[in-house]
Amino acid sequence: MKIAVCVKCVPDSSAHTRIDPATKRLDRSGEAALNAFDVNAVEEALRLREAAGEAEVVVLSLGPERALEPMRKALAMGADRLVLVSDEGAAGSDLVATSRILGAALERESPDLVLFGQQASDADGAVLQAAVADRLQRPLISQVAELTREDGKLRGKRQTEYGYDVIEAPLPAVVAVSDAINEPRYPSLKGIMGAKSKPQETLSLGDLGVAADEAGEAGSRTTVLALGEPPARGDTVKIEDDGSGADKILKFLLEKKAL
Amino acid sequence: MKTLVFLEHHEGVLQKDSLGVLSKAVSLGGEVEAVVLGQGVEELAAGAGRFGATRVHVMDDVLLAAPLPQPRVDALETLVGEGGFDTVLFAASVLSADVAAGLAARLGAGLNYDLTDLVVEDGQLVGKRPALGDSVYVDAGWTSEPRLALVRSGTFEPSETGGSPDVQAYESRFQDFSLAATMVEQAHEEAEGPSIEDAEVIVAGGRGLGGPEGFAQVEELAKALGGAVAATRAVVDAGWYPYAAQVGQTGKTVSPKLYVAVGISGAIQHKVGMQSSALIVAINKDPNAPIFEYADFGVVGDLNEIVPKLTELVRQRRAA
Ligand SMILES: Cc1cc2nc3c(=O)[nH]c(=O)nc-3n(C[C@H](O)[C@H](O)[C@H](O)COP(=O)(O)OP(=O)(O)OC[C@H]3O[C@@H](n4cnc5c(N)ncnc54)[C@H](O)[C@@H]3O)c2cc1C
Ligand SMILES: Nc1ncnc2c1ncn2[C@@H]1O[C@H](COP(=O)(O)O)[C@@H](O)[C@H]1O
Repeated sequence: MKIAVCVKCVPDSSAHTRIDPATKRLDRSGEAALNAFDVNAVEEALRLREAAGEAEVVVLSLGPERALEPMRKALAMGADRLVLVSDEGAAGSDLVATSRILGAALERESPDLVLFGQQASDADGAVLQAAVADRLQRPLISQVAELTREDGKLRGKRQTEYGYDVIEAPLPAVVAVSDAINEPRYPSLKGIMGAKSKPQETLSLGDLGVAADEAGEAGSRTTVLALGEPPARGDTVKIEDDGSGADKILKFLLEKKAL
Repeated sequence: MKTLVFLEHHEGVLQKDSLGVLSKAVSLGGEVEAVVLGQGVEELAAGAGRFGATRVHVMDDVLLAAPLPQPRVDALETLVGEGGFDTVLFAASVLSADVAAGLAARLGAGLNYDLTDLVVEDGQLVGKRPALGDSVYVDAGWTSEPRLALVRSGTFEPSETGGSPDVQAYESRFQDFSLAATMVEQAHEEAEGPSIEDAEVIVAGGRGLGGPEGFAQVEELAKALGGAVAATRAVVDAGWYPYAAQVGQTGKTVSPKLYVAVGISGAIQHKVGMQSSALIVAINKDPNAPIFEYADFGVVGDLNEIVPKLTELVRQRRAA
C-alpha cells in the first residue's frame, strides 16, 4: 500500500502573521512550520502502515523551497520520503489552481490513499481535500475522527452539525482527518538524524506537465481586491500571568459586574 | 446576475443558514433560484419560495438520500451548466464545504470561502472575508464565472419576502466515483444532554486541559460561578466530553453573559458558536492563540495554575 499525505507549511504560530500589502498575499517570510493539523495526518499514515505491516508513506506539499525543512519533521516522525512541488509560477495559487497542481503530483504518485489534515491554520478553509478528491475522481471522507480499515475498505466516523456519521469508502480514496484523531508522536533523535538521508524530491510545474497559465495567479479564479482593517471590537486586554492572573480575572469580573 | 443557492436540509427541515444565504442573495438583486437535492424533498422545495426564490430546482433521487457530497457535485454540475448560473452560493457546513470545493474543481471555478458578507460594488460581486484569525479583512473577488461562495455559518438571518415558487424537477447522471462512498450510519439528533444554550455563564474547556480528567477543574470553576460547562470539537471528538456540550459550527451556538475559555485556541469554527457572548475571558499559555484576538480579557499563562486559584477566589467572594 502507498499512502500520500498532503501537508502545508505555514507561518510559525510564534511569528506575527500578516498579509503583505504589496502582493496581497500572506507574508511567508517568517519562520515556517508544518501545519499542526497535518501532523495528525502524518501520524495516521504511520499508524495505518504499522497496522498493515507494510506501506510506503510519502509526504507531499506545494510551497516555497523553504518548506523542505519543516517537511523533514514528517520524515523524522517516520515517513519514507517527501515530494515538494516548488515553482515561482505556482505562487498565489487559489483552490482551483492548488488542487490542479496537487492533483497532477498525486496522479504521478498514484497512491492507494491520500490523507489530508483538517484545515490549514493560515487559511482555515478545510476545502482542498474535496477539490483534490474531485480532480482524482476518488471517493472522499472528510473530517474523520476515527478511521478503521477492513477488507480494503475504509470506515470513517466524523462529526457534522447533527451528530456523528459513519461513512465507508473503497480504496483508492481521499480522507481528511480531524485534529482529535490521534496524538502525534514526537520524532526520536534517531528519526531526526535519519531524516536528512531519506529521498527528497523537488518538482517544478514543468515536471508535472502543468502549464504556466494553469497555475499561480494566472490559473486562479479568485482574487484579493483590497485589504482592510476589521471593525474595531472594543477594548481587548491581554496580560501575562505573573502569579496574579486569577486575581486580575476576578477584578475584571467585578468591574464588569459579572459576578 | 443569475444566482443559484444550494439549500441544505436535515430530517425534513430546510437548514436555517442556507435560507439566510437565500435571503441575502434576494437582497442583492438579479434572478435568484434555489436547488434542493435529496430523496422525498419536493415539499421542502415549495417552502423555499417564502424566502424569495422564484424558482426551485429539485432532484429527487434515492442516490441523493444520504447527505454525501460527491453525487451532489454531479447534480450541481448539470444544473449550473443547463441553467446558465453565474453565481452559486452555499452556507458553510460540513456537507456544503465538500460540495462547493468539489464543484469548484469540477467547473474550474473560483471559490471564496469563510465569507461574512456579500456586497455588490460597481456592479461586481464582492465577498468580505476576515482572515488570519479575523485580524484583517479581505475583499475577495472572482476573475471568471461561475462565482462560487461559501458563507461562514451563522452569518445571515432568513427573512420571509417571497411567495410560491415555480418548482422544477430535473435529472442528472452520476459519476461512478461519486457513488463509491456510502453512508453506513447517519447522524440523528443526539439525545438530551446538559443544556448550555440557556446558561448565563459558561466555562468552556479545550485540548489545553490535557485529558478528560482536566475537565474536573472546569466543572469546579463553573460550579463556583453558577454556570454550565462547554467544550470544543477537538475534545468532544477525542471522547473527553459529551457532544451535547460542544460549542461551535457543528455544535451549539451560545450567547451567555460570560464565557470563560480555558485551554482553547479559538479557531473560527469555535468562534462562530460563542462570539456573541457579552464578555469573553480567555486563559491560554500561547500568547499568539487566536482567541486573544477577540477575548475581552485574556491571560497568557498555565491554566493549571490559574483555574484552581480563580475558583477559590470566586468561592471566597461568594461566601463573603
Ligand atoms: C467543518 C469543521 C467544523 C468544526 N466545528 C467545530 C465546532 O463546532 N466547535 C469547535 O470547537 N471546533 C470546531 N472545529 C474544529 C476547530 O477548527 C479546532 O480544531 C478546535 O476548535 C480546536 O479545539 P481546541 O481549542 O480545544 O484545541 P487546540 O486548537 O489544540 O487548542 C488548545 C489550546 O490550549 C492551549 N494550552 C495547552 N496547554 C495549556 C495550559 N497548560 N494552560 C493554558 N493553555 C494551554 C494551547 O496553547 C492551545 O491554544 C471544526 C472544524 C471544521 C473543519
Ligand atoms: N500547499 C499545500 N500543499 C499540500 N497540501 C496542502 C496545501 N495546502 C493545504 N493542504 C492540505 O489541505 C488541507 C486543507 O487545507 P485548506 O483547505 O487550505 O484549509 C490541509 O490540512 C493540508 O492537508
